[in-house]
Amino acid sequence: MNSHRRQAIERGAGGAPLCAVADVRDFAPPRRRSIARRKATDLVVKGFSWIGASVGIAVMAFIVWEVVVRGAAALNVAFFTQPTPMDVTTNAGGFANAILGTIVITGVAALIAIPMGFMGGVYLAEFGRNGRIATGVRMIANVVMGVPSIIVGVFAFATIVKPVHHYSGFAGSVALAFIMLPVMARTTEDILNLVPNELRESGLAMGAPRWKVTLGVVCKAARGGLITGASLAIVRVAGETAPLLFTVLSSPYWMTGLFGPGGFFGGPVANLTKTIYDFSSSPYPHWQELAWAGALVIIIAVLGMNILVRLIFQRGKK
Amino acid sequence: MSTVEFDAPTSPSAPRGAAQAAPRGHRLRLGDPIFRVVATACGLALAAAMFGLAGVLIYNSWPAISGLGTSVLTTVAWSPVDHQYGALAALAGTFLSTLVAMVIAVPLALVIALLLVELVHPAVAHVVGTAIEMLAAIPSIIFGMVGIFVIVPFIQDKFMPWLMGTPLGNLPGIKPGEQFQGGGVSIFTAGVVLAFMVLPYITAVSRDVLRMVPQVTKEAGYGMGSTTWEVMHKISLRYANSGIVGAVFIGLGRALGETMAVAFLIGSVYTSIPHSLFDPGTSIASLIANTFSEATDKIQVSALIELGLILFLITVVFQILAQVWLRRVQRATGGRA
Repeated sequence: MNSHRRQAIERGAGGAPLCAVADVRDFAPPRRRSIARRKATDLVVKGFSWIGASVGIAVMAFIVWEVVVRGAAALNVAFFTQPTPMDVTTNAGGFANAILGTIVITGVAALIAIPMGFMGGVYLAEFGRNGRIATGVRMIANVVMGVPSIIVGVFAFATIVKPVHHYSGFAGSVALAFIMLPVMARTTEDILNLVPNELRESGLAMGAPRWKVTLGVVCKAARGGLITGASLAIVRVAGETAPLLFTVLSSPYWMTGLFGPGGFFGGPVANLTKTIYDFSSSPYPHWQELAWAGALVIIIAVLGMNILVRLIFQRGKK
Repeated sequence: MSTVEFDAPTSPSAPRGAAQAAPRGHRLRLGDPIFRVVATACGLALAAAMFGLAGVLIYNSWPAISGLGTSVLTTVAWSPVDHQYGALAALAGTFLSTLVAMVIAVPLALVIALLLVELVHPAVAHVVGTAIEMLAAIPSIIFGMVGIFVIVPFIQDKFMPWLMGTPLGNLPGIKPGEQFQGGGVSIFTAGVVLAFMVLPYITAVSRDVLRMVPQVTKEAGYGMGSTTWEVMHKISLRYANSGIVGAVFIGLGRALGETMAVAFLIGSVYTSIPHSLFDPGTSIASLIANTFSEATDKIQVSALIELGLILFLITVVFQILAQVWLRRVQRATGGRA
């Protein structure tokens, strides 16, 4: 089986065996239809295709447009320097504490999930391969990627928040790490599979130990892809709200350090997505404006990073 | 079997043997065994994570499962004050909003996939495909905000008056209940927004599947004088149909568990089963999102975790179904390749 084909299948593609297609009746339709009618049907379907794609792109553009227009109106320097306001009558204040919180929570999640996910991917690509256990692990990783993020939030609540009886930024990091882990592992595996086997063989033929070949040769060759995969995994969880709802909660204050009621491990931590949720569902127009500014920041960060990473990676491929 | 040749030079026993026989054996080579153990442990941790998740959910929902019995799944009375936790309304809302989403998203995804694979130049397909994929990168909360501030007023002020003016407006299932105003915040609105959230997933998998149809097979169809649609309909879709089923299952799993956008749009009515698509309701995920952090009653927390467990099991079943379809295909094509 050639590797290109195998990757296409493992990415989630599939097809019926050829025999299903080779049914003679399909090529000799028993009903005779006029050529004009067949061409008309064809045209209608093509029309729907164009309309469908236009609708998809229009929705995408519409969302970005709404967020940019509404967000830009409320965005100013204070947004990045002031903590969230408690006064509802003015539009003073910003989301600086929430931005810091999101960066820290996502960063810690990345510190947990990226090394583990990377090694998990190395296992799948270099050791487990097509063995029974690795196949099972791969399947479970695919399934976990489809588990709703709110369920992961419930899990983090039950394992971290409940035993210690308080919310914490760390609980949110664990939830986000849980979401990142299978994404990181599967991306790493796919990318390592792209590295030609000759590279591994030549490394081993030089007498280098396996770990040196994997880390120093295979991963070095796949460096660009690995960085892309890790960045996309981080970006993916940075915009998550549901896993933070009852793990991190939110807070109108700055995070005060690591421990204690205002610290990363000790209590609720301000974060961007939950703050946007609270402010946008509040009845106060000033708070809603701030929420739109927050939405703009997050969409710039998430979409911008996404596009940037893809562009860099594509240029690297050529 | 080419896979064996592919594996042989890098099979774990060969380099280990080589390492032992290496001339510079003056220090103990612990690097390889450690590396292997760490990698394997991380791989197995992936699997353990899912079983741990299931175990934690079952353990924490046990008080509700044993204390409330089947009432969680069969009654609609959701009243923490009276310790009643019937979530039938949430189950119905989840089902209906997902149904609306799939009815919109699946045909849309298929025609877009057709366009990307058959109709446009690959460069154009790349740009269009990326734009559609970017929908998946927009955070759920943004869909919710745009939904509540833009789509809801539109449906309430423009779409509903128009719909009620048409003969459709009086049909059961369309006409909103007397006690609910407008229809803006409703199952329908949540479903429409959900459709565009799952669209990129279904489109991407369908496109990959359709791309796998061998060019020769399609050319044979064109050679017989088929139109593009006939080739798509009678060759590509038939070749790819199990993959398309997989794509739909993946989208279905996403739609069932989507939380934030639905929590914004579905209306948070916990105590009545919606009689119309334009009635407000709730879904399992949004019920959890809205009530979990305020739940003080231990049995309420447990009931919510039980709902989470149910949602988890449903989505896992759909994910596994999707994987099984794809693996069956993989074995079939793998045998041939």
